[in-house]
Amino acid sequence: MGAVCCYFQVHQPYRLRRFSVFDRAAHYFDDATNVDVLLRVAQKCYVPAGRTLLDMIRRTDGGFRCAFSLSGVVVEQMERYSPAALDVFRALVQSGSVELLAETYYHSLSFLYSREEWQEQVTAHRKLMQRVFGVTPTTFRNTELMYNNDVARAAREAGYRLVLAEGVDSILAGRNPLALFHPPGAAETGLLLRHRELSDDVAFRFSNRDWSEWPLTADRFAAKLRETVADGSVVNLFMDFETFGEHQWADTGILEFLAHLGPEALKVGLEFLTPAECRRSLDAHQAYDAPHMTSWADTERDLSAWLGNPMQANALHELYNIENAVKESADPSLLHDWRRLQTSDHYYYMSTKSFNDGQVHAYFNPYDSPYDAYINFMNVIDHLRARFGGPAPMAKPLR
Amino acid sequence: MLGWEFPPYISGGLGTACYGLTRGLDQLGVEVLFVLPKSVEASHTSHVRLISPAQLSVSAMRSVARRSHTLETFTQLLENVTFHQVDADLRPYDRPDATTEELVDVPGPDLTVSSEEVREKLKRVLTAFDVTGGTDYAGNLFAQVVRYADLAREIATEQDYDLIHAHDWMTYLAAINAAEVSGKPLVVHVHSTEFDRSGVHVDQRIYDIERAGMHRADRIVAVSYLTKSIVTKHYGIDARKVDVVYNAIDDNGPPKDAALSDIRRDEKIVLFLGRITMQKGPEFFLAAAKRVLEVMDNVRFIMAGSGDMIKQMIALATRMGIGDKVLFTGFLRGDDVKRVFRMADLYVMPSVSEPFGIAPLEALVNDVPVLISKQSGVAEVIRHALKVDFWDVDEMANKIVAVLRHPPLQATLRDHGSIEVRRLSWQDAAANCVEVYQRVLSG
Repeated sequence: MGAVCCYFQVHQPYRLRRFSVFDRAAHYFDDATNVDVLLRVAQKCYVPAGRTLLDMIRRTDGGFRCAFSLSGVVVEQMERYSPAALDVFRALVQSGSVELLAETYYHSLSFLYSREEWQEQVTAHRKLMQRVFGVTPTTFRNTELMYNNDVARAAREAGYRLVLAEGVDSILAGRNPLALFHPPGAAETGLLLRHRELSDDVAFRFSNRDWSEWPLTADRFAAKLRETVADGSVVNLFMDFETFGEHQWADTGILEFLAHLGPEALKVGLEFLTPAECRRSLDAHQAYDAPHMTSWADTERDLSAWLGNPMQANALHELYNIENAVKESADPSLLHDWRRLQTSDHYYYMSTKSFNDGQVHAYFNPYDSPYDAYINFMNVIDHLRARFGGPAPMAKPLR
Repeated sequence: MLGWEFPPYISGGLGTACYGLTRGLDQLGVEVLFVLPKSVEASHTSHVRLISPAQLSVSAMRSVARRSHTLETFTQLLENVTFHQVDADLRPYDRPDATTEELVDVPGPDLTVSSEEVREKLKRVLTAFDVTGGTDYAGNLFAQVVRYADLAREIATEQDYDLIHAHDWMTYLAAINAAEVSGKPLVVHVHSTEFDRSGVHVDQRIYDIERAGMHRADRIVAVSYLTKSIVTKHYGIDARKVDVVYNAIDDNGPPKDAALSDIRRDEKIVLFLGRITMQKGPEFFLAAAKRVLEVMDNVRFIMAGSGDMIKQMIALATRMGIGDKVLFTGFLRGDDVKRVFRMADLYVMPSVSEPFGIAPLEALVNDVPVLISKQSGVAEVIRHALKVDFWDVDEMANKIVAVLRHPPLQATLRDHGSIEVRRLSWQDAAANCVEVYQRVLSG
């Protein structure tokens, strides 16, 4: 039987408040905006789309199955500001049809800069999942699906036998992404690769009226899935959960689409599997060799959304430069602030890539320009650094 | 084309814009007859004829110079011509002669004066001028404007052309006359308005002339949406009559000489370059400088330009206790402008109301990142710039400090900005004007 594997990402950063070089108070985050955004997304997406899934699981007798990955920072925010949304996710996990994935607590780029910090965050996230949901994840996904052979190795060492990644054309080299893969020389680690076309049909093209397949209905999409996936293989639909009701608003019909997706797919003889179930039921025969970092972002599928210009590189460099000093300070609030600055969104806001044509990167982006994002971030780092007596970067001595 | 300035006789952006636009039209094969109120030594490209009176008499006005020129010629001229006299005589953006000045309050935005009323008012304003007095250019600006308008009537009947294109209020009376005697369609080009130049103290006479020109025009070209909104809001013009054509800049040669720019200096330099007048917000620059100096020591602020507020600004800097950190250079030209750009780490344009603002484009072409006020037309076309409300001195200082402290910010702004500015061209601006002409001519 052909299988469908869905994974939905849930994440909201702690956005920074406007922090000027003249600001003195060690209060970096825009609480009001963060609460507003969380409540809005909870109301438009997390709660209604989550209930849609619960209902579908019930109607299909658990035939619909999927995975969620929730960043630690979004769980923290839901605990404080939207327990109702958190309850929906708890119910999903308790339904027995939903697998929770492992990731970095702070939705960070730490893998690129500090393996030690990365491990600490993966551990912190595991503990959070145990505390809040009572489960221990066994499948790992790195922030924004950033992946290379090294990520697989580190995940294996951290105890994970399955990793999710983007199915990048240049690495697939003509093969389709419908199998369970393994990293070169590591047959014991499974790899599931995102099917770009079919995932983006839903995540990006669903409401596009210029698209030849608009309007996309659940039965037509189920037929596409059926055509794509043969017996003994799996099509991986990975996307942001915010797709359902937030990126694509409810009036596009996205929630109805979601509600019918399960039944329609089951009707054409497909089955739903969680990532861990794929790992158990499929054999990994093919190696997927990713020496360089890939991701699921933009058209490049690389790191350029977060590391595409000198400002982004500098901001990340400066942040991880103070890792030891922050940790040696043994100041928990300093450490928490520093870690919340690692969230990938801060660097995404600094991207000049799409700024030229004024495109995407704008989703809940609190800044008018990437320059404003960088200036704000650097002011915060400067202030943070001063808290443990570190020197300001590249500045001449102050008066 | 009716203008007031043309290189090398320029005091601001108007002459630069007229030159760029004319050159762009020339490249598109449009014949331009450029009428100036004063004789100039410079000349024209193949399609451009300059007409200008050597003296203020019609006969002399017919002297048409025919020489080929290039930008280098103007640079040459800037070096060889004594600029002082022109600078002193032709300053349309300075306040008119104090003795004739008459300040009134801002007319409300809902001002509903019929064109009849405007014409009547204008007549009264004009008869009030003493135009029989001094015939030299040192005389009062209004007298020159009126004289130019009289002369334009004659030129308009003698010359052959399809359309009249007039730049800013000094030429509007001439344009109205020319349109009347010739029956040719009129396009007025708004590079700035009295509201930009004077804030709340609008000179009613200038306002009336601007309004008359805009109402008489068949179409209006505004240099930005900012200006378009002023034209519709304060001059009672239907938005559908106004097209926006942005200014541009032609590539001034290769990027900054690496050898020169790599010189390590202990001191950072922040540059203000422009007329030191109310419109340009020089006091906000100084206030931001003071804030910057509270957290950084190794910075110097250069104010390049002249204007009616220069003495006031020197005094203000001293009073703020930052006199030793602010350098006033006076009016710079030609190579000195390039030199000061080459030294600068950041160019700041804190204008209170800037219809467009070509100077930031010049800075970008010279590989200097820019911080511009949000109250500027250029902010509509340049994305890779830092932007700030002119009054938000703390934020201005915050951004200046960031550029000076974080080289990656400066580098990213410079790299993207220099690419972005090189996409602008006067030929494209001219092509947009040609589209406006075609709309007018096709009725």
